[in-house]
Amino acid sequence: MKGRIIILLAGLSATAPANAQQPAAQKTVQTVQAAVLRVDMPELPPISRLDTPPGDLGFAGARLAIEDNDTTGRFMGQDFDATEITATPETASAELDKLLAEGVSFVVTLANEEQTLKLADQAGDKALIFNARARGDRLRGADCRFNMIHTAPSHAMLADGLAQFLMWKKWTNWFLIAGSHPEDIALADAYRRAATKFGAKIVEERTYEDTGGGRRSDSGHVQVQQQMPVFTQRAKEHDVVVAADEAGIFAPWLPYQTWDPRPVTGSAGLVPHSWHPALEAWGATQFQNRFEKLATRRMWDEDYQTWLALRMIGEAATRTQSTDAPMLKEFMLSDKFEVAGFKGQKLTMRDWDHQLRQPILLTTGDVTASVSPQDQYLHQTSALDTLGIDRPETQCKF
Amino acid sequence: MKHLSTAILTSAICLGLGSPALANRVFVSNEKGNDVTVLDSTTLEVIGHYPVGARPRGITISPDGKELYVCASDDDLVRVFNPETMEEMHTLPSGPDPELFVLHPSGNPLYIANEDDNLVTVVDTKTHKMLAEIPVGVEPEGMGISPDGKVVINTSETTNMAHFINSETYEIFANVLVDSRPRFAQYNDAGTKLYVSAEIGGTVSVINPETQAIEKKITFDIPGVLPEAIQPVGVRVTKDGKKVFVALGPANRVAVINGETDEVEDYLLVGQRVWQMGFTPDEKYLFTTNGNSNDVSVIDVAENKVVKSVPVGQQPWGVVVAPN
Repeated sequence: MKGRIIILLAGLSATAPANAQQPAAQKTVQTVQAAVLRVDMPELPPISRLDTPPGDLGFAGARLAIEDNDTTGRFMGQDFDATEITATPETASAELDKLLAEGVSFVVTLANEEQTLKLADQAGDKALIFNARARGDRLRGADCRFNMIHTAPSHAMLADGLAQFLMWKKWTNWFLIAGSHPEDIALADAYRRAATKFGAKIVEERTYEDTGGGRRSDSGHVQVQQQMPVFTQRAKEHDVVVAADEAGIFAPWLPYQTWDPRPVTGSAGLVPHSWHPALEAWGATQFQNRFEKLATRRMWDEDYQTWLALRMIGEAATRTQSTDAPMLKEFMLSDKFEVAGFKGQKLTMRDWDHQLRQPILLTTGDVTASVSPQDQYLHQTSALDTLGIDRPETQCKF
Repeated sequence: MKHLSTAILTSAICLGLGSPALANRVFVSNEKGNDVTVLDSTTLEVIGHYPVGARPRGITISPDGKELYVCASDDDLVRVFNPETMEEMHTLPSGPDPELFVLHPSGNPLYIANEDDNLVTVVDTKTHKMLAEIPVGVEPEGMGISPDGKVVINTSETTNMAHFINSETYEIFANVLVDSRPRFAQYNDAGTKLYVSAEIGGTVSVINPETQAIEKKITFDIPGVLPEAIQPVGVRVTKDGKKVFVALGPANRVAVINGETDEVEDYLLVGQRVWQMGFTPDEKYLFTTNGNSNDVSVIDVAENKVVKSVPVGQQPWGVVVAPN
């Protein structure tokens, strides 16, 4: 990154005469150092080989954010850098220690809930943690931490985003199918809460037990075609299936295989996401193109959420015209902070749980079918607060 | 549908060719419809719809009214039409994904923002040759030019800056940080003020072109409209500099601003997702493109009143009125 910046600055000073608005060429360049720490869990391959995570998951988003920050930074005399670290649950703590010892004040984590919480506690007041992966509501509720910002949307936000659309469709009777893993149960809770919040009725609930074993096998579809109709038969009359399969065990097998011909939503079919590689609105086309040029693949949610975290830091540095970590931190957590994220409106921080407000994309395999909040849902302060845990209901105490 | 539009098109061409131009023609680019809707500025009736290439967005016309320029974004070029017949005359190289452009007050050259390549492309409208490519910030979009033609402004949406470019040397000589996602840059005719809108920031910065200092930030507050929906895009200033109109996107309003005090005086309710605007030469009317309601609103400039909305094509994006 450094080499490139020097070239850019040299180019700039050659073409641009000194000017009050043009401080970069004369000023010494100040660096904001961040890190992206990804904790990889031992995992089985996903049901579909299309969903195999790329090796640079999250990191590619970080690289684009650093490029974007540096482009503005070269006009401001600021340079941005993000160290990329891959760890296991066993090595994560030692890796964070190293970063803290180096004085890194901003750490983006791509980890599960348990690991994310551990890292946040370990960082204490030495570093601000940006959670760019874990979606559990507890991390924003009972287990919230003052030094933890969430750029990943919560289960509650994703569930509410889908629920608003289902209510708009008048698909009010839901058949909820949840997996048996703790994260599936947590996600199912978010759907139950969303049903109550928006007036839907869960007419039937079933649990899909993970009995272990691989998620795919040669000609696995033969058995699936027998199993899924049987599993879903004789459910009470419903409009739509809502699948809560955070662990990725069964949901992709549901569409077209249910006993009753009903659309599948949730973890398959119509899926709520923070990002989708087909989104083209609000300048997203250019953003997707820039990412794909850099990463030679499509953008995943984790890339977007990491990009967002590092762009928050860049935006704070631009607006405060400072690289001072405590100042950036204070600004990001203030009500003055806003960041653009190619979702049609400014993204801001919830002061009660440090969740970044953002629209939720409802996606099919090929397109962004809708974006929530739906227009019909109003709110006294921000329409985005119709998604997720609002101020009066938060369990977070800093 | 296809037969119908062909029929309209044929009759419209006959009409256009057969009758002398009494009123001004209003050209509206329809981003999704891949065509331009032509209106009569007096009767406010649709004259016809004409195909203009893939994903037309930015649209402008030469000072002599003889060439209509359309950014055909997905064709990666600018198409040039005879405004009377709507027949394509030639194309101009634009670089990839041209979105918005500005014409030198003399009619030559054309300065085009290339969103994908972080470039501003300069094209000679006479020789049809590319004169220069100027590297700017991330996602260049808004293009403005000083009335004397000496300074070209480009806004970059992700870098959040207005870049001041010397139109003779093509060098950037100043960069002004504005609020998030600057979309549009517009000078007043006296050249004493430059208005830069910030779509996500929700503000319009009033910049002194001489010092490049932001002298004021105009903010908007509409009862019953949440702040996130207030997204300023297009800006137009009357020739006397006294009235500034700002299109506020999904707030479905156009703000009327006093060009002397830069205070908001009124909000006019228009169609959905209003982005760009264009005056008639006598400044009697201002036309606004409402992308999500597929129409244009017609504002009576003296009265600050919306007098009519006219259905056009699919997702109207830009608008320009013929000077004669």
